[in-house]
Amino acid sequence: MALPSPRDVQQPVLARFLDNERALAAVLLSPSVLILAVFIAYPFVMGVWLSLSSTSVGNVGQFVGLKNFAKAWDDSIFQTAFRNTFFYTFWATLFKLALGMWLALLLNRHFRGKRFVRAAMLLPFIIPTVLSTFAWRWMFDPTFSVLNWLLYKMGLIVTKLPFLSDGTWALWCAIVVNTWRGMPFFAITLLAGLQTINPDLQEAASLDGANAWQRFWHVTWPLLKPVTIVVVVFSIIQTFSDFQLIYVLTGGGPANSTHLVATYAYQIGVGAGLLGEGAAISLFMFPVLFAVVWIQLRYLRRLEGA
Amino acid sequence: MVIERRWKKWVYFYIPLTLFIIGTLFPFYWMLITAVRPDHELYRSWRAVTNTPFWTLQPTLAHVQDLLARTTFPRWLWNTFFIAIVSTGISLFCGLLAGYALARLRFPMAGMLGTSIFVTYLVPPTLLFIPLADIIRNFHLGNTPWALILTYPTFLIPFCTWLLMGYFKTIPKELEECARIDGASRFGAMVRIIFPTAVPGILSAGIFAFTLSWNEFIYALIFLSSPERKTVPVGVVSELIRGDIYFWGQLMAGALLGSVPVAFIYSFFVEHYVAGLTGSVKG
Repeated sequence: MALPSPRDVQQPVLARFLDNERALAAVLLSPSVLILAVFIAYPFVMGVWLSLSSTSVGNVGQFVGLKNFAKAWDDSIFQTAFRNTFFYTFWATLFKLALGMWLALLLNRHFRGKRFVRAAMLLPFIIPTVLSTFAWRWMFDPTFSVLNWLLYKMGLIVTKLPFLSDGTWALWCAIVVNTWRGMPFFAITLLAGLQTINPDLQEAASLDGANAWQRFWHVTWPLLKPVTIVVVVFSIIQTFSDFQLIYVLTGGGPANSTHLVATYAYQIGVGAGLLGEGAAISLFMFPVLFAVVWIQLRYLRRLEGA
Repeated sequence: MVIERRWKKWVYFYIPLTLFIIGTLFPFYWMLITAVRPDHELYRSWRAVTNTPFWTLQPTLAHVQDLLARTTFPRWLWNTFFIAIVSTGISLFCGLLAGYALARLRFPMAGMLGTSIFVTYLVPPTLLFIPLADIIRNFHLGNTPWALILTYPTFLIPFCTWLLMGYFKTIPKELEECARIDGASRFGAMVRIIFPTAVPGILSAGIFAFTLSWNEFIYALIFLSSPERKTVPVGVVSELIRGDIYFWGQLMAGALLGSVPVAFIYSFFVEHYVAGLTGSVKG
């Protein structure tokens, strides 16, 4: 049977238009670009404007230059929040990487019920952070803490530990909860990386007399490094800009000692209604995030170039 | 195979793995136990002699009943579900089209657009929530589900685009070229040949995006104000703590019931979820 050649069929104008590669690309990209422009690019520009103005709720502000930034910089609570953010990001990321790597190495072995264990390990990452953080808050409760009970029964303590009632303790508690929540992400992505490594390499190294640590350090780690760097970058961005965990666990307290930049920006911008100052505070995160993203892009380019 | 002795396997494998499992799952167990424990057992001194904190002999559903009677919890569940489904749908649609364009079509500024979508992927919501709240107010979207349905795609679209772009690149170009030779238009080949082949990738992106929307907190906290419009995370935070009093039984019942739907969906699509998770960080 002879079919009419496609070119003979009269094509509607729209179809012909869409057959042009550039036109089709423009049509396909426009919904995404539109949404991202209206709800990311525009707010960003507006955020910069707000941070340079004295706007507050119900009051159109005036241009005040860098006053909001200067004020935040001199504010002792902001200074604490800024330091906390680095401290929290550094330790939480380090723990997540170390424990996540360990768990990935454990899960990379063959054992019964492996699929089930892997699925269960991801639960902290699936369950809404706010809800699981409440469980932790209850476990750290000053009066009814199960952890205090446990340590007391084991004879390790004689008085209650001040989990959330002391600033330093509270920040470490937040680091623990963040590690608990984010570790599965590291473990599962690193596990996926491990599974691409040929087991023959391990065997060869083992025959050459390498012990477990040497096999990890000289064989596994170099091959796992690219995926590790990407995961760490993601985690740094998430942790550095964290809000909900601190909001629920400590609310920035006791005495504003555990604020992060994001929670303090919320307290000033939404709680007190000082939109200009709040926007300035959250923009303090920008240089760090920008640097991390820039390094990430450079690194990806280099990988593609290689 | 690397051969090990039995005791070594215990020290280096079983014991650490067991500790990981206990550490990971204990908070959820604690949520469950607290949710079914009667109040007089909950609020008892931590040093009481008869304390049996790890189980209860008198399980009760009183907290769940209180939760349902005093709050609009089912409403919150529905709101969360509705918002997550619609914003995931929008993001999948946009991400599918944009991902295809970036993976397959040649056009000016393709590289720059790809990079900028990747950069927006890394913009955290906490950087923009204050100006965004102002914009939502100006659009008269405050306290409506649309405030969230339109803003969640800001972090979901970049993710879906990124993931699906990676997926499209794994589909051989020849598949499309064959369809074109057989007379399909560029658009027709995309919709009828490539999209059906990409269903596993679409499912992964969708499941992952759904859990991200279910999890979202700060936008929901700021954009919604009336109790019956809230999502589960915000409702639990703002309606179950009155003044300084924490109703722990109800809180844990709410946390448990709010986690079950997302855990349930996850349990059916673990493999897709894992594919989405690992795909989300591929360079």
